[in-house]
Amino acid sequence: MFSRAYRAAVTVPPLMWVAVFLLLPYALLFCYSFWSVSPAQVIVHSWTLANYQELWQKDVYLQTLFRSMWIAARVMILSLLLGYPLAYYLSFHAGKRKDLLYQMVIIPLWVSYLVRAYAWKTILGSDGVLNTLLQYVHITKQPLEFLLYSPFAVVLTLTHIYTPFTLLPIFASLEHIPRNLVEASHDLGASPLQTFWRVILPLSIPGVLAGATFAFVLSLGDFLAPLLLGGPSGIMISNIVVSLFGAAYNWPLGAAISFCMLGLVLALLFLSENLEKKWSFR
Amino acid sequence: MQEASTNEFAAINQAPTLANPLLSIRNLAKSFSKNPVLRDISLEIAEGEFLTILGESGSGKTTLLRIIAGFETASSGEILMEGQRLDALPPYRRRVNTVFQNYALFPHLTVAENVGYGLRVAKRPANEIAERVEKALAMVKMSAYARSKPAKISGGQQQRIALARALVNRPRLLLLDEPLSALDANLRRQMQVELKSLQREVGISFVFVTHDQEEAMVMSDRIALLRLGELEQIASPREIYARPATAYTAQFIGHTNLLHAEIKSGIARCHTLAWPAALPDGPQLFSLRPESIRLATGAAGPGAVRIIGKIQRQAFHGATDLLQIECTDGLALSVRTASREHWPGQSDVALEFSPADAIAIRESLEKT
Amino acid sequence: MELPMTRSETTSRSVWLPLHALAVFAFLYLPIVTLIVYSFNGEGVGGFPPHHLTLDWYRILFADDAIWTAVFNSLLVAFAAMAISLLFGIPAALALDRANFPGKALFRRLVLLPLILPGIITGLSLLMLFREADVKLSLLTITLGHGTALISVATTEVFAGLQKLESAQEEASLDLGANYWQTFWRITLPNLRLSIIGAALLIFTLSMDEIAVSFFLIGRDNTLPLEIWGRLRRGITPEINAISTIIFVFSLAAIVVWYRLRMRAEGKAEIGAELLES
Repeated sequence: MFSRAYRAAVTVPPLMWVAVFLLLPYALLFCYSFWSVSPAQVIVHSWTLANYQELWQKDVYLQTLFRSMWIAARVMILSLLLGYPLAYYLSFHAGKRKDLLYQMVIIPLWVSYLVRAYAWKTILGSDGVLNTLLQYVHITKQPLEFLLYSPFAVVLTLTHIYTPFTLLPIFASLEHIPRNLVEASHDLGASPLQTFWRVILPLSIPGVLAGATFAFVLSLGDFLAPLLLGGPSGIMISNIVVSLFGAAYNWPLGAAISFCMLGLVLALLFLSENLEKKWSFR
Repeated sequence: MQEASTNEFAAINQAPTLANPLLSIRNLAKSFSKNPVLRDISLEIAEGEFLTILGESGSGKTTLLRIIAGFETASSGEILMEGQRLDALPPYRRRVNTVFQNYALFPHLTVAENVGYGLRVAKRPANEIAERVEKALAMVKMSAYARSKPAKISGGQQQRIALARALVNRPRLLLLDEPLSALDANLRRQMQVELKSLQREVGISFVFVTHDQEEAMVMSDRIALLRLGELEQIASPREIYARPATAYTAQFIGHTNLLHAEIKSGIARCHTLAWPAALPDGPQLFSLRPESIRLATGAAGPGAVRIIGKIQRQAFHGATDLLQIECTDGLALSVRTASREHWPGQSDVALEFSPADAIAIRESLEKT
Repeated sequence: MELPMTRSETTSRSVWLPLHALAVFAFLYLPIVTLIVYSFNGEGVGGFPPHHLTLDWYRILFADDAIWTAVFNSLLVAFAAMAISLLFGIPAALALDRANFPGKALFRRLVLLPLILPGIITGLSLLMLFREADVKLSLLTITLGHGTALISVATTEVFAGLQKLESAQEEASLDLGANYWQTFWRITLPNLRLSIIGAALLIFTLSMDEIAVSFFLIGRDNTLPLEIWGRLRRGITPEINAISTIIFVFSLAAIVVWYRLRMRAEGKAEIGAELLES
């Protein structure tokens, strides 16, 4: 029912913007990864595979990538362990308080990332709240060093940040489950626990996949938490990229890593989307 | 002669007690935040009977069903099945199964997996499950769809699967919550017949909830009419039609004419009508079904009551016509008679009925 | 009459689930509460228990010019980014809902991609664009970055609002003689009001907090998050607790308003789902 002019008017401007500010930059990313930097710190537009060879040959890159993936995996698992039961509680057991509790879950989501990472830094330090508290109640005598400037701190902080992200799609898919299915399951002899395993969990899998993907992908590419709390042992792949665009001035190499990351993320999204479709029964 | 006794009235609201009832509901009441939905319901269900709980929306019929199934707890009263307290058990321990109004089929399981769900939960051996599922699907004529997903089959087909899923567990009692309301008229009539014969075949007691009085009459062994949370009347379809207890029952099930009469010395008078009635003096309400009134021809039969009126409106109902007559004394009557091409408008017609067809009924009181 | 059926038969895991919920909420709010409490602590950050309550850090904060300049910059960027995101996001939602064109699927993915992509990739790719186009980094480049990243938010919210709008209403308008633009202004836009306001609020808040993309596009002027970041790199001062507390209070207010707006427009479950749908 909409005229061609109308449809053109709504399609062209966003299309242009997306082409200029999304498509073109990704294309540039791709190009840069094949260029190189001269000793005089000038970017040379000559085409070479040297960057990718470097990534493949030098161990540090793959090692850091795997470490990053391992950190991201832990964040994903912890977020799911924290988020799923809470989402389930909210959807099935919260009753009148569902509204209020849902708001309470959303609020930390929008409080500044920086603020929350900083807060953990103050808590986990050797003079921080946690250590002084533990010493105050005589659980420990010395400050625990591993709390800060370690992968532990990064995992903890990122879990804190991404648990609400993980919870929301799980909650949405749980809410979509018609309650008469739960009643039908009880009617047919299944206890609440059996009902959970056979009916509720399978139907919530799309939400779980979406939430897990979020937590994993965003953690993988994070560079702020490692910079603040990671220390030397907590460096992640994005930190390498940041330094290549900063002090270690090698944009092409940085672009190569970024492009690989982009590829990896897109592959994960594709995988997740297909799995979600398989598990969606609408 | 119209015979009526006070005994009939006294017993009408109490469900007759059965010798060995399958289910006994005693003084059941339910309120949702101070709103009473069910008040003091007592009734019994026999083995192998098809009982319909009939009522308008707000009558409490669905709530009653859900309490029997176990999805709601009653505020007071008890339910006994074969002597044991049923209401002490959670829904997954009751030998009761439900066919839900929107079928509630599990979307992530195939039709066969849906039907076998209860058996898998009960950890029956695999070959037993396969065999029983196969039989259940054959019983509802859905064998060809065993491996389909619910999303791919029609509403009527989903309804059969919901039925199979419930029956395969061999419950003592099957509850059906308005299962036919989403179907179109023809399919509905077809399913009514199928459900009835299915019930005869498996011999399980069915408790069927509906708001459609015609459906109730076609299918039931007994009808329990609920109004505003109370049991208005419980009887077989023919009984409830021929001898309604209250004005509400008379009007809800079928059409009727309500005659407000005054009884004096054994004669009931309503406008210019008079007929013998062996009832105490005083005001009395009567129900007179439209089909009991005939167009008078020739001489009046013995004891027949006659009146003259003019035809105001006529409605064509296929096999019959429903005529609205205004009588000479101002009384308005509905009359059902065989269809005619042409009715003489505004000329006088004579009507007659037998006093035995005027049933004495109670007023239906407004309830708080 | 007493019914002997016990509650625990019908509700599963009666104790563990609420306990877990409590624990997760504690985990989520602990750092924030700590931050707020210690912003009033005389000894600054760290140490337990906090004592010597004081407003000193707030006093120092209010006298800090650099912070307020950064706040002003952030506000500028946030409003501009809001304008860009809405200006391009609303048509994008309409296009996705109503138009079919070659490459529509790709377009849809591209528009929604920045939501799930780590900010570093969005930031770096834009950095390369500006470099090749010889554009100097400044608040403008940051604004363009935010706008691009947040178009997806506008699109998602407005698209959801469009789903709720019955096409029959617009058809009725056209039937009664209004042309496409009149219908858009009189019928479509008013119905999308709540979605648009909600999107605007969200974009504003996200822009004020944005750091990953801004990190790479920063010129000489700092936005607030980058200003705080710079100080964090140099060392912790309790002043930061104070500004963080203030940011938290504002975010809280903004989100509560956003949520209540959305509750008026649609159901709860939809909110999380659309926002994170990619």
